[in-house]
Amino acid sequence: MRYIGKKIGMMLFTLLVVSLCVFLAFHLIPGDPALRQLGTNGTPEQLAALRHEMGLDRPVMVQYCSWLLGIFHGDLGSSYVYKIPVTGMLGEKIPITITLALMSFVIMILISLPLGIYTAKHKDGKIDHLIMVLNQVVMAVPPFFAGILLTLVFGMILKLFTPGGFVSYHTSIPGFLGYLFFPAIAIALPKSAMAVKLLRSSVIEEAGKDYTRTAYSRGNTTNAVLYRHVLQNAMIPVVTFMGMTLADMVAGSIVIEQVFGIPGISRILLTSINNRDYPVVEAIILGIATLVIVINLFVDVLYRILDPRIAKEDEA
Amino acid sequence: MKLKHRNRFFYAGLIITGIVLLLVLVGVVYTPYDPTAMNAQEKLQGASFRHLMGTDNMGRDIFSRVLYGSRITLLIATGTVALGAIAGILIGAFTGYYGGRLDEVLMRVMDALFAFPSILLALVFVSLFGTGTWQVMLALGVAFIPSFSRIVRSEFLRCKNADYVKSAKLQGASSLRIMFWHIMPNCKNVILSAILIGFNNAVLAEAGLSFLGIGAQPPYASLGKMLSDAQQYMMTLPVYVLGPGLMIFSMVIGFSFLGEGVRE
Repeated sequence: MRYIGKKIGMMLFTLLVVSLCVFLAFHLIPGDPALRQLGTNGTPEQLAALRHEMGLDRPVMVQYCSWLLGIFHGDLGSSYVYKIPVTGMLGEKIPITITLALMSFVIMILISLPLGIYTAKHKDGKIDHLIMVLNQVVMAVPPFFAGILLTLVFGMILKLFTPGGFVSYHTSIPGFLGYLFFPAIAIALPKSAMAVKLLRSSVIEEAGKDYTRTAYSRGNTTNAVLYRHVLQNAMIPVVTFMGMTLADMVAGSIVIEQVFGIPGISRILLTSINNRDYPVVEAIILGIATLVIVINLFVDVLYRILDPRIAKEDEA
Repeated sequence: MKLKHRNRFFYAGLIITGIVLLLVLVGVVYTPYDPTAMNAQEKLQGASFRHLMGTDNMGRDIFSRVLYGSRITLLIATGTVALGAIAGILIGAFTGYYGGRLDEVLMRVMDALFAFPSILLALVFVSLFGTGTWQVMLALGVAFIPSFSRIVRSEFLRCKNADYVKSAKLQGASSLRIMFWHIMPNCKNVILSAILIGFNNAVLAEAGLSFLGIGAQPPYASLGKMLSDAQQYMMTLPVYVLGPGLMIFSMVIGFSFLGEGVRE
């Protein structure tokens, strides 16, 4: 328990450092957002007034503190370009991207656990070899190319979904989830291939250890040894990998949303980057960084539950 | 039996990568058409002997553009891996050998960098420094540093108390000499395998970024951008999608087979 408290403290500190880095990065680069907004026609007085209005004439650290305080009040600032609160701009989009990432995550688990266990159990069999080669092939397909091929085959030829016909979650939840299914597959496929490979080699490694032999010698069946002894240990590296993957999947959705025309955070992020609309970019980057850090904490804790030895080592 | 299996991967990788490199090298001195030359009379044609992969919506020869785009992709991948490898190896060597406070701090930074998705890091870079080939190379290069520094650090940790290091120390070798002359050669296998994986990821990341319109800017061809342009002609002109797509695929699978073969 003390460990978790310490970890949370560390996490808060990391978050603070990250938020400072993000803020400074976007405020120390050359280019005055007020000047950009005003264009070349503004008078120096107008510029000064606008800078004051945007709070840009204050010292950087004061700006940072007010930005940080704002975040705690749910205020991420206003878009330079659209003059509306960033929270309002992103609020509608975040659930879409998060759902897509979570769906990909679930699909990855559903594909990789059975396949990883099967291939490890039937190591060097025909099907194992076939799956391993397929794995290698799937890993080499960029997710957006996979997305394009899925659109072509399932959208245009088999007509299982309408490409570009995104259904909002306000209209219909099943329709919304249905539309996200193929994009989620495109994101999940390469990650599943990696997870299958990792799980397979991890199970094979654990199966060669002494405790496995002991378990067999006590008269356990293969399945009992596998599910009660081997898998618990074999899952440790896989859990770490999957945890890191979740963050990757959020990032991966940015590309896939473009392929399937999904109105998630991707389009806003890209246009904001092009428009140098920093408050929006800052908010998205900080949001994803926070997600990454929280996921890491979660994986760390899960790790301890799966492998109590680590906790013992820490206390000693 | 096992050895044969691995060699198969290695040779398959060698052949695929060889063909890709050959095509790209030929593309440097000769492309059938100018990759940026438009031709209003020959828009959106299918594959033919005149245009091996057809022409795009501006009448440009897709095959020539694929050759050109692959060159850019390979250049960016090479730069990215070089940057990541050199910086990563140096950081890994020093932190692994000396340890201490610096090691603690640098490794925490590496952990944070490693956890952060590389495509997002590249997007931050681009929004700070503008779009372009160099920015993408720099951003991805930085994102690749942790993977190299981690493996080199752990190799150094393993080796630094070995007998041969002790004996070199007794003979009065300097720390730098021990690090780069005595220990480094032992890391070459893990580094080679990390470089191949790095290439793989760099090609995929570059393609993803240029698909988003970040990276090489029009009119210059890039494989990712071609794919995003091709999307709307998917039904009428599948070769437009397949050309650049298969090129990326061959590059990645070539490197990944090679990596698989080299690993053991």
